[in-house]
Amino acid sequence: MTIQFLTISELKDLIKKKKISYEELIDETFQLIKKYSSINSFITLNQKQALINAKKLDKNNLQTNLTGIPIAQKDLFCTKGLKTTCGSKMLSNFVPPYDATVVSKLNDAGSICIGKTNMDEFAMGSSNETSFYGNVHNPWKFGYVPGGSSGGSAAAVAAGLVPAATGTDTGGSIRQPAALCGLTGIKPTYGRVSRWGMIAFASSLDQGGPICRNAEDCALLLDAMSGYDEKDTTSLKLDSTKIHNNINESLEHLNIGIVNEFKQNDLSADSQKLFSNAISEFESLGAKISEISLPNIAQSVPTYYVVAPAECSSNLSRYDGVKYGHRSSNADDLESLYVNSRSEGFGEEVKRRILIGTYVLSSGYYDAYYKKAQQVRRLIKNDFGNAFNEVDVILTPTSPSQAFEFDSKGKQDPTELYLEDLYTISANLAGLPALSMPNGSINGLPVGIQLIGNYLEEEKILKLGHHFQKETDHHLKKPSLEEFA
Amino acid sequence: MKWETVIGLEAHVQLSTETKLFSRASTTFGDEANTNVNLVDCGLPGVLPTVNKNAFYKAIRFGLAIDASINKVSIFDRKNYFYPDLPKGYQITQMEKPILEGGSIEINIDGIKRKINITRAHLEEDAGKSIHEGFKGTGIDLNRSGTPLLEIVSEPEIRSSQEAVAYMKELHKIVTFLDVSDGEMSQGSLRCDANVSIRLKGETALGTRTEIKNINSFKFIEKAIEYEVKRQIAVLESKKKVEQETRLYDSVKNETRPMRSKEFANDYRYFPEPDLLPVVITDKEIDDIKKHFPEMPKEKSIRYVQKFGINESESSIISNSKNLANFFEDCIEIVNDKTLLAKILVGDISSLLNKDAKEITDTNFTPENISQLINLISDGTISGKIAKDVLEQIRSKNIDPIEYIKAQGLVQISDEDAIEKIILEILAKNSEQVKAYNNGKDKLFGFFVGQVMKATQGKANPKSVNLILKKALSNEHT
Repeated sequence: MTIQFLTISELKDLIKKKKISYEELIDETFQLIKKYSSINSFITLNQKQALINAKKLDKNNLQTNLTGIPIAQKDLFCTKGLKTTCGSKMLSNFVPPYDATVVSKLNDAGSICIGKTNMDEFAMGSSNETSFYGNVHNPWKFGYVPGGSSGGSAAAVAAGLVPAATGTDTGGSIRQPAALCGLTGIKPTYGRVSRWGMIAFASSLDQGGPICRNAEDCALLLDAMSGYDEKDTTSLKLDSTKIHNNINESLEHLNIGIVNEFKQNDLSADSQKLFSNAISEFESLGAKISEISLPNIAQSVPTYYVVAPAECSSNLSRYDGVKYGHRSSNADDLESLYVNSRSEGFGEEVKRRILIGTYVLSSGYYDAYYKKAQQVRRLIKNDFGNAFNEVDVILTPTSPSQAFEFDSKGKQDPTELYLEDLYTISANLAGLPALSMPNGSINGLPVGIQLIGNYLEEEKILKLGHHFQKETDHHLKKPSLEEFA
Repeated sequence: MKWETVIGLEAHVQLSTETKLFSRASTTFGDEANTNVNLVDCGLPGVLPTVNKNAFYKAIRFGLAIDASINKVSIFDRKNYFYPDLPKGYQITQMEKPILEGGSIEINIDGIKRKINITRAHLEEDAGKSIHEGFKGTGIDLNRSGTPLLEIVSEPEIRSSQEAVAYMKELHKIVTFLDVSDGEMSQGSLRCDANVSIRLKGETALGTRTEIKNINSFKFIEKAIEYEVKRQIAVLESKKKVEQETRLYDSVKNETRPMRSKEFANDYRYFPEPDLLPVVITDKEIDDIKKHFPEMPKEKSIRYVQKFGINESESSIISNSKNLANFFEDCIEIVNDKTLLAKILVGDISSLLNKDAKEITDTNFTPENISQLINLISDGTISGKIAKDVLEQIRSKNIDPIEYIKAQGLVQISDEDAIEKIILEILAKNSEQVKAYNNGKDKLFGFFVGQVMKATQGKANPKSVNLILKKALSNEHT
């Protein structure tokens, strides 16, 4: 018997039937991680502590929703006593003295933190290639990217090493890697999940969420992660979601919107066909399909690439070599301490975004860029408001392309990679919940579709995803992993 | 003088909240370095600010006192710059929507009153401190990091260094009375930046200004501005131009000099703080603040006059100092003679305070020992002269007044027979002087009083001495 590729529900069943002890489960998890270490999905492992926790559980025989379930944490959630690098050299020596709210909530639910997953540096990237800790391979094909920025989380789940991992999503960083790795992931409504202890990239866009093998597990994890946190004033004053128990309830007379403006985008014929198949599937589930318009949607990528770098340029100012993190050994005064520590500690993409952000906030440019971007952001939000007067859910592809080869995109022109976020970015700008799930594959590489819901309607999109998955088998496909073992 | 001085002040008032503006660490001053610091104050990765509403309430209380308009929705912004004692690389402040706008503060110089208008007042967090003494290199103390400040910006309507000082004193009075701040300038609780320019009298356009940073005493405000005005006049009169720049006041050399250009050549890249939602203040919250509004000096003074019969000038002096007023009110229920209390507070005690340059709260004077002393005078146990001595003994040796006068035998002689006996002895010994007195040399009356006091070591009740002496002298005459 192997635990590889099992879902949370399947693992719970094994545990309940006493076919496996917690210690065996965790021990086997680490054996799998070791076996497939060439994927490079983890930066730091929590092996010793995880085994101690598992043994405790075997003694105590406690049963909560996630008892003993191995979970990988994206390496930008602060974990007390466990190194948290954010994929950067800058924080290569940073051991937080506290747990992020997401981490403590998942620990409280009984889950076991297995380790910290690889990611694009400070979550800036769509291919995991900006990590200081090396590229992550897509388990579906060696030498191909898993997507980003939560690439390590997606790869670890896709390879079946863990049933679930946390991710964060600022412009698609949960959904796009989920799509490229054949998984289900949800970015909740902005404010659903506390940002306390989640190392900030762009504060007004960042949101944590789960990456799992199916929608049902995502519901289970979201229920455990979400809820008001007084330490985060932008978190919504709402209890945690209680979606998992209702996941099988039927959805009637659902209106699904297809975005007119996205039709002009050049999806390949194969992708187009898969998308049409999904539409038919939803129709056969009883949904009504209609076209909607999001007139300003084309502006979402440029808007995002003003707002996000602006916030990041400020959020990353604290990494100055003074208090913690990388400090240059070539500094003889304050100025060179700053310049050298930051020049050495940050990678190219992070520097590029800090420069863009600094520029758009500079006096004389603020009105033309930052202020304008905020105005457009408002228009995009309004577009969604109008659309949700007509439909319940919006259906789009998750990503314009499948996984691609290392170093094949964005090397000459970084905006080539920025366009990866075309379908996902608007949900962040508007603060809406959005789910990505598998919808087949092309040449052995997974393809995803996205369901965008109205504010706080995670339940609706997770249920819809679950019903879709009950009728389809895209989410059950597994990579062979032959190249990695 | 053909030049006119134009001054605008930016005062930084440290609010006396228990905890910081965006974290729940203590704001206590003077503790060991980096002990009043939590995760938020040191800007660790992943931390988020949360708002301390008490800071808002204090700011609003100040706003009500100066008749400012209160923004019910107030927004925070980030001011970005690098400095080692600024842990996040930005300061959270209010740029676009400050908590207060408008209002005014009235100053009074030699009875001439003038209103100085306030532009705005906004909340912001203080930075930490760089420490250069005591070890190699530079140390950072983050105890002050995140302490709430209210920055109060005046219109450029102040016309002299005296007015600037009067403005700051008035501001000090308001914030201390309102319990908005402890006002301790030596601890940096109240400090200011002065924007100074000059122009020819009659001109309406403003001259080029310089900004003198971080002045932390009334004396330095006056001196720094006076120096800067003289400097600018000299520059303009030699047909040169005043540079718009930031300057520092050096109190040792008594001069201002430019800060290095790097220290202020910042583009702060302000933008709305995305980690905080706009803070909304309700009408109910404002009403609650109004309901619990502290009594201000003017009202206090009127009450003292009406209720205790204190004379107006003494009443106004007492009520203009929060410490004196508190002291007065702590004594008032215990002392029998309230006007005597006022007189001694404003007279003897105030001059001792001035001499020592101390607030009454920093001395040995307590409502208990001073009330005792006042009652000893008013019930005739000791004379006013002895009282001065007792006061001095409290000041220097913290003695207990009752025990002290007993031990020293200072109880006043009010027994009229005893006094008469002493007087008659003195008159008998000084028959020459008695004769001269009776021949019209009235001034000798003082001589006799002096002799009586000498004989009684100052303990004779002066009123009785006067009465009995007059009677005895007139008896001699007949």
